[in-house]
Amino acid sequence: MGEVKLLGTRHSPYLHRVIWALKLKGIPYEFIEQDLDNKSPLLLQSNPVHKKIPVLIHGGNPIAESVIILEYIEEKWPQNPLLPSDPYEKAVARFWVKFADEKGLSISKVLQSSGEEQEKARKESLEMLEIIEEHAPGLGQKKFFGGDKIGMVDLTLGRLAHWMGVTEEVTGVKIMEAGKFPRLEAWMKNFKEDPVIKENLPEFKDTLAVMKRHRETLLASK
Amino acid sequence: MAEEVLLFGVGRSPFSGRVEMALKLKGVEYKYVEEDLANKSPSLLKYNPIHKKIPVLVHNGNPIVESQVILEYIDETWPGYPLLPKDPYERAIARFWAKFIDDKCLPAIFKAFYGEEKEREQAVEELSEFLNYLENELKEKKFFGGESIGMVDIVANLIFWLEAWEEASGTELLTREKFPRLTNWTHEFVSNTIVKESLFPRDKLVAFLRNRIGGPNVSK
Repeated sequence: MGEVKLLGTRHSPYLHRVIWALKLKGIPYEFIEQDLDNKSPLLLQSNPVHKKIPVLIHGGNPIAESVIILEYIEEKWPQNPLLPSDPYEKAVARFWVKFADEKGLSISKVLQSSGEEQEKARKESLEMLEIIEEHAPGLGQKKFFGGDKIGMVDLTLGRLAHWMGVTEEVTGVKIMEAGKFPRLEAWMKNFKEDPVIKENLPEFKDTLAVMKRHRETLLASK
Repeated sequence: MAEEVLLFGVGRSPFSGRVEMALKLKGVEYKYVEEDLANKSPSLLKYNPIHKKIPVLVHNGNPIVESQVILEYIDETWPGYPLLPKDPYERAIARFWAKFIDDKCLPAIFKAFYGEEKEREQAVEELSEFLNYLENELKEKKFFGGESIGMVDIVANLIFWLEAWEEASGTELLTREKFPRLTNWTHEFVSNTIVKESLFPRDKLVAFLRNRIGGPNVSK
């Protein structure tokens, strides 16, 4: 079927969505680490429009944008499905994937800003958590958003399981107060303890160091 | 059980226009409910409690929201006219361009026409760059979908709105010189019988937009 290459940077939450999908489906791949300050010809060739990671290259064909890559992986390798088969349930899942993908950006903004801007981002992040806690179907009743098994919504929300904590520690800004989101907290515990996820998360202290440097560089340039 | 398909929309919204186009291409019978965004119906708030936005498709009592999620649902639920290609890689490419239009072109269009004075020039430049990508993606095809209209074309209905914005504000962005393929595409797209039925009347749209952004004869 052709070999699978994955372009990314080690501590990217978007990269990990794709890693988890590939691992859950048992698809072998070659990881090619990228330097975003010095973009490789391969990256520029594979994603000329956005020049970002992750990029999946399958049999020479490049696919960019993590959520689109997940949908491709799902269609190309149907084992251990990440989406429900019923069209309506699939549409509900896609709604939450989009929600998590778009609103999750607020957490990045907390890391990347300070003062008023950061406070605004914190409030937006909190709103996102509140909406998920209140509205996400199955949360609290099932182990994962996908049911008994991890699905695409879980992968897209993976940011909460590692990167949100890193952001809170780097910035000293609390986003998710303990005890306020019981259903989400239960989900986070289940997600982090899943063997595939556990084995495929970077070390907290390493991501911490990288994000700390990233924040310092960004704020210095403003 | 008889099938029931409801669409909550706003006539001049490109987003509900997309859903109408898709339903018509598939030959699905539906009931259209026009919403007043200043006075949202209890049904809308019930079916889309999180975003409270249109379009909302309700199929046998099940609500689906977000125009691109709805388009994928329509394609999977009703056979016949394909909105997306069959091949997974080609589907990925189509989804990429559909996302590009909404994630990049749409905010640039907003900033170019509704943004602060100082933001507008940069937004117009950015938008030009993005349109260039679309221009190149069209290649020698009649439509983004190839010989027939597909999901990317439907999502690109934004271009019809862009042209109306241009007319309303007296600016010229999408010229035949700079964007020959996109200009041809617009002509083919708008001439299509089904698309024609789903597009909001251009003169009404221009009048509405002129009022909103202030055309050349209206002071801001």
